[in-house]
Amino acid sequence: MRIAVCVKQIPDPATPYDLDPVTHRVVRPNDQVLDDTDRFGVEVGLQLAEASEGTVTLFSMSPSGSLQGIRQALAMGADKAVIIDDENLAGSDALTTSRVLAAAIEREGFDLVIAGTESTDGYTGVVPQQIAELVDVPSLTFARKVEVTDGGIRIEQQTAGGYDVVEAPLPALLSVTSGVVEPRYPTFKGIMQAKKKPIDTLTAEDLGFSADQVGEAAAGQTITSVEPIPAREAGEIVEDDGEGYLKIVALLEQVKVI
Amino acid sequence: MEFKEEHVAFRKVMRDFADAEIAPFAREWDRTKTFPLDAVAKMGDLGLFGLPFEERYGGSDSDFTTLCIAIEELGRVDQSMAITLEAAVGLGINPIAEFGTDEQKERWLPDLVEGRALAAFGLTEPDAGSDAGATRTKADLVDGEWVINGSKAFITNSGTDITSLVTITARTGPGEISTIVVPTDTPGFEVEPPYDKMGWHASDTHPLRFDDCRVPEGNLLGERGQGFRQFLSTLDDGRIAIAALAVGVIQSCLEESIAYAKERISFGKEIGAYQAIAFKIADLEVAVEAARLLTYKAAWLKDTGRPYKHAAARAKLFATEAAVDATREATQIFGGSGFLNDSPVARHYRDAKVLEIGEGTSEIQRLVIARGLGLPVR
Repeated sequence: MRIAVCVKQIPDPATPYDLDPVTHRVVRPNDQVLDDTDRFGVEVGLQLAEASEGTVTLFSMSPSGSLQGIRQALAMGADKAVIIDDENLAGSDALTTSRVLAAAIEREGFDLVIAGTESTDGYTGVVPQQIAELVDVPSLTFARKVEVTDGGIRIEQQTAGGYDVVEAPLPALLSVTSGVVEPRYPTFKGIMQAKKKPIDTLTAEDLGFSADQVGEAAAGQTITSVEPIPAREAGEIVEDDGEGYLKIVALLEQVKVI
Repeated sequence: MEFKEEHVAFRKVMRDFADAEIAPFAREWDRTKTFPLDAVAKMGDLGLFGLPFEERYGGSDSDFTTLCIAIEELGRVDQSMAITLEAAVGLGINPIAEFGTDEQKERWLPDLVEGRALAAFGLTEPDAGSDAGATRTKADLVDGEWVINGSKAFITNSGTDITSLVTITARTGPGEISTIVVPTDTPGFEVEPPYDKMGWHASDTHPLRFDDCRVPEGNLLGERGQGFRQFLSTLDDGRIAIAALAVGVIQSCLEESIAYAKERISFGKEIGAYQAIAFKIADLEVAVEAARLLTYKAAWLKDTGRPYKHAAARAKLFATEAAVDATREATQIFGGSGFLNDSPVARHYRDAKVLEIGEGTSEIQRLVIARGLGLPVR
């Protein structure tokens, strides 16, 4: 099985990062880390590849920088990476990101595309579904459990109240939730092997996009302003008069947790 | 000073692993004096026990610096788990990898390197520590078997459920010390109840007894009579590794103290606003940086094939004494809370003292250093 896994390098969430005051874009440091949610996609890809003698290729659209985040995923065991790194892509919206990734994935060939549900820096949450549409395969989203069937994939799709069982034939796209599997830690051996694994770097033009078809020029959305999140308000204290649990249940229902 | 790319990447993995798989349980293992077999299995899955050993036995062919990084990062969250790794690799596996025949390595290394089994090193005796020449345990060659009688003391990893063998030093003739591998299922090999220690509660430490314990002649490790030279080389590596444990514990004291000094209010201000506290924390930062530099310089000398005996003693002496100072000062910063076993610095304080003792006391390190300077000291 040829498995394409979409991954993203993001600024280390442990260290606060800046937004450019004019463009409102994330200022990306040279050393970025693998988005934590992508470790789950990589792990699902590796497990499926190990079971089918398949390959795992990583796809990422971002400034390469030191490639530290990509090497993290290669050290886990992915076979190769395709990076689309191009100044013209700066300011791309989610749809352009999906178009570029879809083009790169189609060019490489695939049986299954795997992505996280959303990135931890952008949070648009639409890229996986858009890619599925663009490469014209069914999308199985929000998987909390994945299994291979005869010629297809079956998942448990996370819903507000439980899960649905959803099935599709290959080729297909799969988006996985955090917790779908226990991602492995890269071993030292894996880190050393990752240094020798191929990383192809492409431009938008290599994929047939002209400068005006990508980046800020083609963005269908613009960020007009950015506001800091409001300071947290004081929490509510429920005094237990013997029936405090009822108030807590009511509160939890109110915020739709239960 | 710059670490290689793989060292930086591996340190990140170790930090994540230690924070997620070890740190949340360290307090409980300490309290209940539990040797956590499941955590050791996870360390095995991560390839930690095989780091510096050959790939053909399942190892990763890493340098010594990489092992020190693993020990430091484990030591930052749990000194017991760091010494478990240090002893397993440096004392348990290393003598076999270094002095074993191909056949001995093929027989014993794979399980040890994968972390499925642990080996211990039995050098110290009730009446022989750094004065190893005073070893009393005897091994007599009778009908193709070594018949071992004697006892060993303070042996790390010697009594766990997965300990498969103990390599011991024993007298094999007049003025002759040899190294012999004793599988733990050998009749006459007795693991005595664990010590009641001041710290390192989750680390496994026992006295051992040998009563007419018979192992095949082929269990001799290296040349007969070379035991003394062999363990001396084992100890030099161990000293750098113990320094790495010390660096880890000082790093934790620094991080814990910064967090506490920003959070704890006294006389209307966070205590980090008082020079009495802030200056202690500044000193902790200097201590960890100095200890780290000495430790990784010694590791670098070893990795690049240069003499490192002197540097190893220097790193061990400075880093471990700095660790005892750092844990005492961090406990002081925490005040009354620091005296409670629920605070990590209390555990660190109890754990640090032994660093000045094990693998050569501070006094022995000073002796090695002074002799290295050409002084006629005895």
